Amino acid sequence: MTVIDRIQYETNGRTMDAKKELIGKLQKDILLWQGYKPQESGVTEQIGLGKIETVFPNGVFPTRGIHEFITATPEHSAASDGFISALLAVLMKDGAGCVWISTSRKLFPASLRTFNVDPERIIFMDVHKEQDVLWIMEEALKCDGLSAVIAEINTLNLTESRRLQLAVEKNGVTGFILRKDERKAVSNMATARWKITPLPSYTEDELPGIGFPRWNVELLKVRNGNPGCWKLEWAGDRFFAVDDEIKKNVSYYEEQRQIG
Amino acid sequence: MMEKRYVSMWFCHLLADWQVIRRPELKDIPFVFVVPDHGRRIVTAVSPQAQMRGIETGMRAADAKAICPGLEVIDEKPGRTLKLLKALGEWCIRYSPIVAVDEFSSEGLNMEVSGCPHLWGGEREYLKDIKSHLKAKGYTVRLAIADTLGAAWAISRFGKVTPLISSGAHVEALLPLPPEALRLEKATVVKLQKLGFNHVKSFIGMPRSVLRRRFGESFLLRIAQALGAQTESINSITLPVDFQERLPCLEPIKTRKGIEIAITRLLESLCFRLEKEGKGLRTGVLTGYRVDGKVIRIDIGTNAPTHSVSHLFKLFELKIDQIRPDLGIELFILAAVKVDNLIVPQEALWDGTPGLNGKSVIQLLDRVAGKVGAHVIHRYLPDTRYWPERSVKEAAFTAEKALSQWRTDRPRPTELLRKPEPIEVMALIPDHPPKFFVYKAVRHQVVKADGPERIEREWWLDTGEHRDYYQVEDQHGQRYWLFRSGHYSDEQSHQWYIHGFFA
Repeated sequence: MTVIDRIQYETNGRTMDAKKELIGKLQKDILLWQGYKPQESGVTEQIGLGKIETVFPNGVFPTRGIHEFITATPEHSAASDGFISALLAVLMKDGAGCVWISTSRKLFPASLRTFNVDPERIIFMDVHKEQDVLWIMEEALKCDGLSAVIAEINTLNLTESRRLQLAVEKNGVTGFILRKDERKAVSNMATARWKITPLPSYTEDELPGIGFPRWNVELLKVRNGNPGCWKLEWAGDRFFAVDDEIKKNVSYYEEQRQIG
Repeated sequence: MMEKRYVSMWFCHLLADWQVIRRPELKDIPFVFVVPDHGRRIVTAVSPQAQMRGIETGMRAADAKAICPGLEVIDEKPGRTLKLLKALGEWCIRYSPIVAVDEFSSEGLNMEVSGCPHLWGGEREYLKDIKSHLKAKGYTVRLAIADTLGAAWAISRFGKVTPLISSGAHVEALLPLPPEALRLEKATVVKLQKLGFNHVKSFIGMPRSVLRRRFGESFLLRIAQALGAQTESINSITLPVDFQERLPCLEPIKTRKGIEIAITRLLESLCFRLEKEGKGLRTGVLTGYRVDGKVIRIDIGTNAPTHSVSHLFKLFELKIDQIRPDLGIELFILAAVKVDNLIVPQEALWDGTPGLNGKSVIQLLDRVAGKVGAHVIHRYLPDTRYWPERSVKEAAFTAEKALSQWRTDRPRPTELLRKPEPIEVMALIPDHPPKFFVYKAVRHQVVKADGPERIEREWWLDTGEHRDYYQVEDQHGQRYWLFRSGHYSDEQSHQWYIHGFFA
């Protein structure tokens, strides 16, 4: 008996409420099978992304997942670094460390303090081979003393991402991947695919100089969630949604992409 | 205290055997080794064939040739005997951890084998095994086992009955031997022979005071050593490691699974001992002795002392591929070459705050260091310097704390180019940010800018121009870190560089 059959069978002669309940239950089961741990009642952890968090399953930023960032140019890569660092500040709150693996690292540790991250709590691993990056990432994701693992790689295929996803589900270390390969068609198991691009900063009253960093945060794909596009500003200690209107404009986009 | 047992080995034709192994065609030809001495050439080693024809060491090469016309004369390299003995001694470590080159004759090896022979099924089998293995390699050896090194030495050189002197029987076994068997100086031996003491038994019962007056203190010492009244130290060729485990295999091990089991077994007993003594392994060496006589070695290192079997096994597992068992490995030795004190913290019911010094992180670092190399791991601390490339320094160890604060008062780019790259700019006004710049063939219009921030070169370290840094934003909102090298002046052209990307 398939799931659909069961729903039909069980809902026969029942009220719509029961049906809804059942579907809700099934959704929860599916999420559980896919590695989403349900949040303990009352404790909803906020990562500080505000509205963006609502598009994720259960309305919570999936820390047990692989987040993929598409960084084709160094400008995008810098913006993604900033965005991830801001998330790291929350993830590393409990004092845990973080591992940053790369074959060609440009990240400047001294800049991370701007995003409230202690650079000395990040262990950098600069290797030569992409295989080593993936191997270290998988090992690091299994290490429960860490809160996050960031890897800069060129591309990630289905098998590799599947392995990483399994490692993530086991221990709850969040995985971030900075992918240089721009092709969007690459299919992999990433929980979410992001693209962070810089936006012009804003200074009040047209004062000279450069303001807080602003980004266009595009969520290209979310597993069991709704993709979208937002504008965020890193206001020194927290994210600040720049424009609420923008979301309505891209709602058409969202529907198109809601396949992943 | 456990009774001590010693084995003494005598390689009767060490150099000759070695030469035959290298040049099998010499097997049936008499040959001698010679060294030049005052214009003559003196025979120092004789092959069995040459010995049968009456050639002895100490003869002149010319005389030897006269006795035996077909004699092959080979020049001996000084130090070769010792080198050979050392190599053989290292090979013999499979039989006992304490092996020494015989200092008296320097043509044999001595081993302390207390507690070893039972692993081979008894002393008779033990001796047989050593002898047959050496024979298979091509070395003729005479050996004996006894309670004292002196007795074992004597029996191996002069014994006629049995090489196996059971515990307590060594005095009796010594009695019929000639006095040379006691490792005496040549002059003493001659004196004894003159007096008609042709056997040990003829003088061993004499009062000590008489013997001392006649032959001196060293003579009495040799007797005491042979009888066991005086203990004799043995200078092992390898320093014994405190934490070492051995695993002889009945059947040579060839498979990966077999090696894994061997490593696990060794680790279990080693870690048990380490834990009992409050130590943790820092460097471990696994040595495998192959059937064909080759010795293979793999080593691991850890970032913090540990005695966890599973963790250490994982480190070795990464290197098992490097082991080539070939025909098989017959003995594994695992030594903790470097150990540190390890204070085991009381186990917490709830894990405390996670951190970089947590066990799991250290284990991860160990594994990465084992597979990829420790040089890939970096951690950075702030340095109180302004020059961007030097404003961070590498932390020496995982627990090192920052001595200063990270500065946030000046903008620093999220991504810093390892080397600043030159750009073309259009700057209208001196000491102002450029109007636009071209980087990698892309033209960026500068819309907003901050700066300049002048950073002086550390002139006590290197020479060159200072840098005036500007943070600029282009028409797409992309933010860059640019600098102009040196002062703005009309005479010289000033070069602009891009040094980083802001988030």
